[in-house]
Amino acid sequence: MRKTTNQKAWWLVVPVLLLVAFNAFIPLMTVVNYSVQETFGNNVFFWEGVTWFEKVLRSERFHDSMLRQLLFTGMIIAIEVPLGIAVALSMPRKGPWVSVCLVLMALPLLIPWNVVGAMWNIFALPDIGLLGYSLNSMGFDYNFTQQPVSAWMTTVVMDVWHWTSLVVLLCYAGLCSIPDAYYQAAHIDGASRWAVFRYIQLPKMKRVLTIAILLRFMDSFMIYTEPFVLTGGGPGNTTTFLSIDLVKIALGQFDLGPAAAMSLIYFLVVLLICWVFYTVMMRNEEQ
Amino acid sequence: MSRIEFKDVRHAYPPPPGQAPVYALKEVSQVWEHGGAYALLGPSGCGKTTLLNIISGLLTPSEGSILFDHREVTDLPTAGRHIAQVFQFPVVYDTMTVFDNLAFPLRNRGIPEARVRERVAEIADMLDLSDRLRQRASGLTADGKQKISLGRGLVREDVNAILFDEPLTVIDPHLKWQLRSKLKELHQQIGVTMIYVTHDQVEALTFADQVVVMHDGGIVQVGTPVELFNRPKHTFVGYFIGSPGMNVLPCRLENGQPVFANNPLSSDYPADTDLSGKLEIGIRPEFVRFGDHGIPVEIDKVEDLGRYQVVTVRHESEQIKMLVGENQAIPSESPKIQFDPANLHIYRDDWAVGARDA
Repeated sequence: MRKTTNQKAWWLVVPVLLLVAFNAFIPLMTVVNYSVQETFGNNVFFWEGVTWFEKVLRSERFHDSMLRQLLFTGMIIAIEVPLGIAVALSMPRKGPWVSVCLVLMALPLLIPWNVVGAMWNIFALPDIGLLGYSLNSMGFDYNFTQQPVSAWMTTVVMDVWHWTSLVVLLCYAGLCSIPDAYYQAAHIDGASRWAVFRYIQLPKMKRVLTIAILLRFMDSFMIYTEPFVLTGGGPGNTTTFLSIDLVKIALGQFDLGPAAAMSLIYFLVVLLICWVFYTVMMRNEEQ
Repeated sequence: MSRIEFKDVRHAYPPPPGQAPVYALKEVSQVWEHGGAYALLGPSGCGKTTLLNIISGLLTPSEGSILFDHREVTDLPTAGRHIAQVFQFPVVYDTMTVFDNLAFPLRNRGIPEARVRERVAEIADMLDLSDRLRQRASGLTADGKQKISLGRGLVREDVNAILFDEPLTVIDPHLKWQLRSKLKELHQQIGVTMIYVTHDQVEALTFADQVVVMHDGGIVQVGTPVELFNRPKHTFVGYFIGSPGMNVLPCRLENGQPVFANNPLSSDYPADTDLSGKLEIGIRPEFVRFGDHGIPVEIDKVEDLGRYQVVTVRHESEQIKMLVGENQAIPSESPKIQFDPANLHIYRDDWAVGARDA
C-alpha cells in the first residue's frame, strides 16, 4: 500500500511552536544575547564573547552567594524531608481527623510568598514581634536585623514552616497508597516498627520523595521573595542568596551583561543538579 | 502446632457513624484439629477473610474467644501466635533480594544465620526459586512474587498453622495445579494445620480433607468433599458445591408428605420431624433422570459439555437442571423426569430436615 504524503500536517505543530518560542526560547535567547555583549543603552551593542562568564565565575561575590545558596538549600532539605516524613507517618490514615489534618497542612502552602515574608518579619521583630519579643524576654539575645545567625535561623525556620507541608502531603499520599496487606504481612513476619518503615514505607515513598526533594531543591534554590521581604538579604550580605544577588546586579547596578551571564550559569546549575539527582534515583530503581 | 478452637466468635467492623454494626461474622464455634487441611469455602463477602484474620490475630473479634490448645489467645497479638499467613495479592519487600525476603521472618525472630540459610535454601528449592535467590524481588512476575509470599509463610518452623487467603488468584492456571499439589504434598510432609480460603470449589475440594462452607457470616457445613456433595445440610451448600449446583424446588405438604408437582416424594427423615415453615426439596442434577412416568416437563435447553450434557427442563415455572450421559438420547415427546429418592433432600427454612449427619 502506498502511503499518501501530506505535509500540511506540519501546520498543526505551529501553535505549540509559537507557545514554546514566546514563553521559553525567545526570552532565554534575549538573556543569551545580553550575556555575550556590552551595551551602554540606545540599542548599541559591543561583542564581548565569554568575558562576562569568566568575570562572574571568578568573582568572589558570586562564589559567596552560591555557597550561601547551597548551604541554605542543603539545610532546608535536611530539615524538611525527615520532618515531613515524620509528620506524614503520624497523621491518621482514616477517620474524621484526616480532613482536619490535611487542611491544616495545606494552609501554609496557600499563603503567598511575600505575605509569608511580611508575616515572619513582624512575628520575629525583637521589640514588638511575638517570637522576637518572647525569645528576648526568655534571655536569648535575638535580633534578626542585626545578627547573621539569627537572620539565618529565622529564614530557615520560615522556609520550614512554609514548605514542610508539601513534603508531608506528598509522603502522606505515598503512605496511603500502601495496601493493608503489606502491614499485615509485616505483622505476620514479625517485623519491628523500624523494619516496617525501612522495608515497606520508605521504598513505597521513594517516588514521591524524589519529587518532593526535586521540588524543594528547585524552589529553595531560586528563593527570592521571602528572604527579600524578611531580611532584604542582610544583615550585610549574610542572607543574600543567588536570586537576590542577581536582582541586585541586574536591576540595582544595571549590569545587564554580567547579570545575564550569571542567570545562565544559575540556570545550568539548577538543571545539572536536577538531572544528576533524577538520574541517580532512577538508576537505583532499575537495579 | 496446635488445635485451634473458636468459641462463639462474632465480629463486626466499625460501622459508619449513626448506623448499627453489621456482623461480618455471626456466631462461629469451630474446632480446627491439629494437622488438618481445611478449606474455607464461600462466596466473596461471606466472612472468610475476617475469620482468617481473627485466627492470625490481625483482627480482635468483637465477641467470643479463641483458644490454641485450650489456652486463651484472644488478646494475644499476631507475633505471639506463631501463625503464618499468605495473602491474596503478593506481598514482597521490593528493596530486598529473593533470599532476604525469604529470610525476613526468620531474621526477625533472631534465628542464627546458618540455620536461616539452610531453611531458605530448602524452601527455595521446594518452590523452584533457587536460581533467583540473588535477584531483586521487585523484578519478578506476579506468580514469582506470590511464590515468595508462600515461601515466607512456609519458611518458619515454629508455626501453629499456615493460613492461605486465596493465594493462587494471581497465578496462571497451569502453575495453580502445580502449586496446589505442592501445598498438599507439603502438608503431608510437615503435618502443620493449614487453612485455605477460596471461593473456588475445585480448589477447596482438591486441597482439603475437611471443607468448611461459609455463607453470610456463618459456617453452614463442615465435612469431607463427599459429604458436602451427598448430604448438603443447607440449600446454599447444595447449589454452591457441584456444577451445576443442586436444584432447589418449592414443595407442598400433603398428608404429612412433601409433594412437588402433584408427585408425592419419599425421602428418609424421622417421622416426628417438624415440617412447618418454608419447605423445599433439593436434588442434584446427577440424580434426575428421564423416565416413562413421573413429572411432565418441557425441555428448555441442552448444553453439550462433552462427557455429558446439561439439560435444563421446566415444570410450569420451575427450572430443573439434569445431567445426561453423552450418548443418552433425550426424549422428544412428552418427556417426564424422576428423582432418585435416595438422593432427595428436604429443606425446611433452608436447613436439611432430619439428622443426616454422616
